Amino acid sequence: MPDIGVRNFAGSINSPNPFWLASAPPTNTGEMIMRAFDAGWGGAVWKTIGEPITNVSSRYSATDWNGQRIMGFNNIELISDRTVEQNLREMAEVKKRYPKNAVIASLMVASTREAWHEIVTRTEDAGADGLELNFGCPHGMSERGMGSAVGQVPKYAQMITEWVKEKARTPVLVKLTPNITDIRTVARAAKRGGADGLSAINTINSITGIDLDTFVPRPNVDGKSSHGGYCGPAVKPIALNMVQQILADAESALPLSGIGGIGAWRDAVEFLLLGCGTVQVCTAVMHYGYRIVEDMAEGLDNWMREKGFKTIEDFRGLSLNRVTEWKHLNLNYKIVARIDEQKCIGCDLCHIACWDGAHQCIHLDRVSGPVDGHVELHRTPAVKEAESNASIAETPVTRKERAAAFAPGPYPTPLERIPRVDETECVGCNLCSLVCPVDGCITMVKVDTGLKPETWDERTRGAACVTQTQTP
Amino acid sequence: MNTAALPHDEQLQARFGELKPALTAQAAVIEADRCLNCFDAPCTAACPTHIDVPGFIKRIASGNLRGSALRILDANILGASCARVCPVDVLCEGACVMTRQNRKPIQIGLLQRRAMDAFWASGEAVPTSAPGTRKLRVACIGGGPASLACAAELCRNGARATVIERRMLPGGLNTYGVAEYKLRAADSVREVEMIRRLGVEFRCGVEVDSAAALEALEAEFDVIFLGLGLGAMQRLNIPGEDGRGEKGPGEDLPGEDAKGVMNALELIAAYKTGHLRELQGTVVVVGAGNTAIDAANAARRLGAEKVYMLYRRGESEMSAFEFEYEHAKQEGVQFLWHSQPVAIQRDERGRLLLETVQVRQASGKLEAVPDSQASIACDLVVPAIGQSPLMELLKQMRGIEMRDGKIVTDRQTGQTGNSRYFAGGDCVNGGREVVDAVAGGKRAALAMLKVAEVARA
Repeated sequence: MPDIGVRNFAGSINSPNPFWLASAPPTNTGEMIMRAFDAGWGGAVWKTIGEPITNVSSRYSATDWNGQRIMGFNNIELISDRTVEQNLREMAEVKKRYPKNAVIASLMVASTREAWHEIVTRTEDAGADGLELNFGCPHGMSERGMGSAVGQVPKYAQMITEWVKEKARTPVLVKLTPNITDIRTVARAAKRGGADGLSAINTINSITGIDLDTFVPRPNVDGKSSHGGYCGPAVKPIALNMVQQILADAESALPLSGIGGIGAWRDAVEFLLLGCGTVQVCTAVMHYGYRIVEDMAEGLDNWMREKGFKTIEDFRGLSLNRVTEWKHLNLNYKIVARIDEQKCIGCDLCHIACWDGAHQCIHLDRVSGPVDGHVELHRTPAVKEAESNASIAETPVTRKERAAAFAPGPYPTPLERIPRVDETECVGCNLCSLVCPVDGCITMVKVDTGLKPETWDERTRGAACVTQTQTP
Repeated sequence: MNTAALPHDEQLQARFGELKPALTAQAAVIEADRCLNCFDAPCTAACPTHIDVPGFIKRIASGNLRGSALRILDANILGASCARVCPVDVLCEGACVMTRQNRKPIQIGLLQRRAMDAFWASGEAVPTSAPGTRKLRVACIGGGPASLACAAELCRNGARATVIERRMLPGGLNTYGVAEYKLRAADSVREVEMIRRLGVEFRCGVEVDSAAALEALEAEFDVIFLGLGLGAMQRLNIPGEDGRGEKGPGEDLPGEDAKGVMNALELIAAYKTGHLRELQGTVVVVGAGNTAIDAANAARRLGAEKVYMLYRRGESEMSAFEFEYEHAKQEGVQFLWHSQPVAIQRDERGRLLLETVQVRQASGKLEAVPDSQASIACDLVVPAIGQSPLMELLKQMRGIEMRDGKIVTDRQTGQTGNSRYFAGGDCVNGGREVVDAVAGGKRAALAMLKVAEVARA
């Protein structure tokens, strides 16, 4: 049975699994964190502790998509509104009752050495297993010189990390903001400052939407709004890219707790495959509750069993070196789309996507027979639609007519609606397979070009004069 | 439109409440989001009027409800009634690609109703051209869906159109012949009113029944569209059925049937117009088509304790749609297969006795099974074995060819052998659905406009 436990993360942090709750509303109180641990969470990063703040109402907004709630989530809530004493008292209680779970204290105080020294000492005395410096909060706190105001300036980030390291006895993680041109500049600064690990990414500056009746962006606070921090499923691709950037850079790379759009075990595995040691979750829990961790742990366990991995270390980072610069990709690798006639349902979205969004090589000409070659030889989508509109259809009112109308053919879909890929023209872009609603109906198949692998880098290295005239 | 001929009857509304509940606003969006938005969609191709189904559905999803309704009305001016009466199982929803993935088809009918209901609620008008911007004047004989669609299409393109209807209210079977739980007569009339506002003129209570009347129309109009529908329902032709001279319970048209005999369309029109409010005892409907089922269900809802449907063939041969048959069973209608009426008798107290005989298939023909006579004591016999072609008027028209009781037209244009006459709907297709009539009317209108355009050029 695979072991999904985490040992000695960033030096000395242990947890029964890599699933931590991110510093956020789900980790607001000791009572909440204990319920989360009961549900199965391996660790929790306490909602950021500092001078208590006053929040506004409302605080959240979301982006829904195609009938699905909360594709993306946005908040303008600040750090903890409870006193340091209260939070630390509860933290001591949690550690006493749940010694095996990781409790990380997220911290944010005024940018003075004394303030940081004091909070570090008090937090560690309360029993925290590690510290997470909140250099990422993009709203409100940044206006007061904290959060991302620190995280956007490498020298501040380095300075505060150094102050913290002067006192800290537990591992120090620096939480990075993505609201910066190159996240590596701050990652490097944190590393120079002596950080033991990193957490990334924090939320992304956002306005989720505007009420078209009141003209007030969301969330509405008495007729005004303010930019918030974006998170949830929508940000995962951005987070994965930044995680990859950090971990592929020797000057940045540190033990990393991955954050950003993780809601299920598959997402978590992706972050681990890029090299993260743990992952943090917030939005999915705010949507569905702590209970989602059960499936995350089971799913990870099942996947590891299936792949033969005994520990997370067996696969951690396996995908990192599969990301390279574009110039190192093989230009002679060729794939084409193949459509499975037995699976095609005839929606013809691949046809219109290829015509209007790609290279005009998927055609509806099965009945008239294949016509290979350039676009001019084929009926355009508009002509096809006009033909359908001019056709005469009648309600099949008799049994005989109905039997004829719904007579089964050799394929589930009438042949004239099953598109045909002109493989000589197909550029292998994947678009059709991405729009196809049926699993496994369109597959991208490798074709032998008879050419040796060659990258852009290789092609142009020996021919500098050519690159002058060719632009990618 | 004068709807005085329609009752506001709470008992009717209670007994014939809507069969399917409407989608709520949010349920409609969820369903609309489920639509794949197929290219050159099979649902659109399957619709005789070729409504841009994904187009109107995605407008519901985006919150563009006005655009959604106008998209529907652009292709099918009777989009509201079609949303309620279309047999979507064998049309758009039957063609939905979802079914090929073992998934439920998109509920296109209910979504169309959602768009149209929102349109009615908004009080918006359908944009149209000013009447008379084209010189074409067309008379549409018959006030049913084919004529309405033809006239609406003409007016929307600036021509003038006049609908001539022999009944007090236009709408044809939409007003008088569709089960009330699918489409209320009042809703049909409201739809006609929308068409009137496009500029269509209506002449109701006018019978075109002579050569002279036709000649007068020919003098007044450039083109005549025949949207005549079908004639009266066929008679059983059995002893005891004929009651010529007696006054039936139907509304404005005198019946020819004996007391206790009322054909299915008469029955439906009678209850929809408030002339028939109550039935009791046992009702026997003869026939197993969709209209027969409408009549049988109506009889149940009007209070008949027992309703039988008598059909000379078997379950697998009935022409009614699958979903109609299922519905009838749920309403408590009982089916008597392989059974044929031979005579209607009356007992001493005046109750009817429908004499029947079992029939079976023998060398391609139905023959009576010996010693299989039976009689059903009942209070009403409802013949529902199809409508006969409408011949009387057509005999007056020169140059219009008839075949199998149907007017012969060019399939694409609806033009008859007489170039000034076009035709569409049941009188051409022999009796199909509302949506087929709309498609026929629209095609004819577009063809007339084209001919007029060519003539002018």
